[in-house]
Amino acid sequence: MSIELNEVSLSYGGDELVLDSISTQIHDGEFVAVLGASGCGKSSLLNVIAGLLPPSDGWLQVPDDGAAFMFQDANLLPWLTAAANIELALKLCDYPAGQRAARVRQLLELVQLDHAGDRKPHELSGGMRQRVALARSLAQDRQVLLMDEPFAALDAITRDMLHEQLHSLWAATGKTIVFVTHNVREAIRLAERILVLSSRPGRIIEIRRISDTLRNDPAHSVALADELTTILRREQMKNDRVDQL
Amino acid sequence: MTALISSNPLTAPPVARRQPGARQRSTRLGSVFAPLVAIVVLVAIWQIASWASPLRADLFPSPVMVFQKLPALLADGSLVSATAISLWRALSGYVIAVLIATPIALILAHWAALRRGLGPLVSAMQVLPSIAWVPAAIILFGLSDATIYTVLLLGAIPSIINGLLSGVDMIPPQYRALSQVLGASRWQHIIHVELPAALPGYVGGLRQGWAFAWRSLMAAELIAVGGSLAPGIGSLLQRGRDLADLPLVMLVILSILLVGILIELLIFAPLERRLLQNRGLARAGEEKSG
Ligand SMILES: Nc1ncnc2c1ncn2[C@@H]1O[C@H](COP(=O)(O)OP(=O)(O)O)[C@@H](O)[C@H]1O
Ligand SMILES: [Mg+2]
Repeated sequence: MSIELNEVSLSYGGDELVLDSISTQIHDGEFVAVLGASGCGKSSLLNVIAGLLPPSDGWLQVPDDGAAFMFQDANLLPWLTAAANIELALKLCDYPAGQRAARVRQLLELVQLDHAGDRKPHELSGGMRQRVALARSLAQDRQVLLMDEPFAALDAITRDMLHEQLHSLWAATGKTIVFVTHNVREAIRLAERILVLSSRPGRIIEIRRISDTLRNDPAHSVALADELTTILRREQMKNDRVDQL
Repeated sequence: MTALISSNPLTAPPVARRQPGARQRSTRLGSVFAPLVAIVVLVAIWQIASWASPLRADLFPSPVMVFQKLPALLADGSLVSATAISLWRALSGYVIAVLIATPIALILAHWAALRRGLGPLVSAMQVLPSIAWVPAAIILFGLSDATIYTVLLLGAIPSIINGLLSGVDMIPPQYRALSQVLGASRWQHIIHVELPAALPGYVGGLRQGWAFAWRSLMAAELIAVGGSLAPGIGSLLQRGRDLADLPLVMLVILSILLVGILIELLIFAPLERRLLQNRGLARAGEEKSG
């Protein structure tokens, strides 16, 4: 068992629950997508798992060495080059100083940015910045990787490439990945299991297993996508109605 | 910030490296040229006003009269030596102010209770004109360099502290989250993330601190004259007043302005520009006013 959540609830002060009694177990090496409309509490849930927010109620168990985290906006430090951003992550997890440069080069190659290591974040495109962020979260070398809509701001072609890269990376390393997204097709494409979150409060309302057979069967995956989209739309409307009150 | 998307995102898109183009060169020239034009116009108005004025020439000297005085003042060396003395005091005092203010600001930034107590005091000190300290400093230290440095430090330190504090306050909260998920200790966060992130605000504070240091010094030198004190620019101003020599006073005022502006242009403006460019926050050649 890699991650276990038991009746985890969260509120940001006030009465309204953002997360309501979330319970789930995520196995070692599993790829789980958390799918939900915007504002339903996906980031909050990921922050709780990452230990950035304490739950208001319930308990959770994560590996002792914590989790690597990839932010929605790359969150690179603007005064450091791409390579230096990655190197900082290595330094902070006590990677041997003499081997850092070589490891940075390896990671940059992995995300196919070996030519761009000496550029500052503002000299990179959005897709390249996200790849640097991915390399940085891999630099931490944790078993668990938490990703908060990492590709949401990217164009379809770039996202497609990164999906492929992420998938082969997961297959190669056996990492446990929790991937937050509001994109139904992205969830179906990547995950072994999809947790669908409701809005206000955020509860797990659907759990779907995605087998490779289903993934590779266009008719089936389109049907599933339609079904999940309908659910998300309903939740989004619920969300908007509450906003109007 | 430009998001460049190429047909194959895994190959490098063309990088937005900005070439120093003709347009940028002309804006840069303009930023030097425009103030020059303004100065020429102002001097012309001054000259015309002195012609038109019914006042006696020694009470309202024309710019020509003032600048005629310059060669003599340069020849007897008093202006140069006074400027050198003041500049040395300002720079050495300023360095001391930076060395004192920086650790204080860092302690305040990380100790909320202390900051709640002392923060308003520091801001209040920044509002207090430093000339108000001069009598107290003279009573304590007499007419000595200690008096001058005391006033200068009390003038410069609060603004440097506030600059660094506001630099720390403006750090995006997601940097703290980043440090946390990267497993940084408190010290590692301060060294690797917080200080570099606060640097633009800090340099802003340093810049303002210099202006306060220079002004405070002039206030102190103007009042604290004689004793064991070497004559700085401020005391030259006082001499002009004693001799009712308005051209001398005007020339000294211009020198004070010139030194302040030169330090600003030669040290702080390029430093700030480099810093912002380095983070993609300002275009090359773009002048930051203020
Ligand atoms: N720091 C915060 N303080 C107060 N409310 C917050 C905070 N962060 C998020 N929220 C609220 O919690 C809800 C869920 O937000 P979030 O977890 O960011 O959703 P998602 O990532 O699914 O878009 C939203 O209604 C949002 O307004
Ligand atoms: Mg979010």
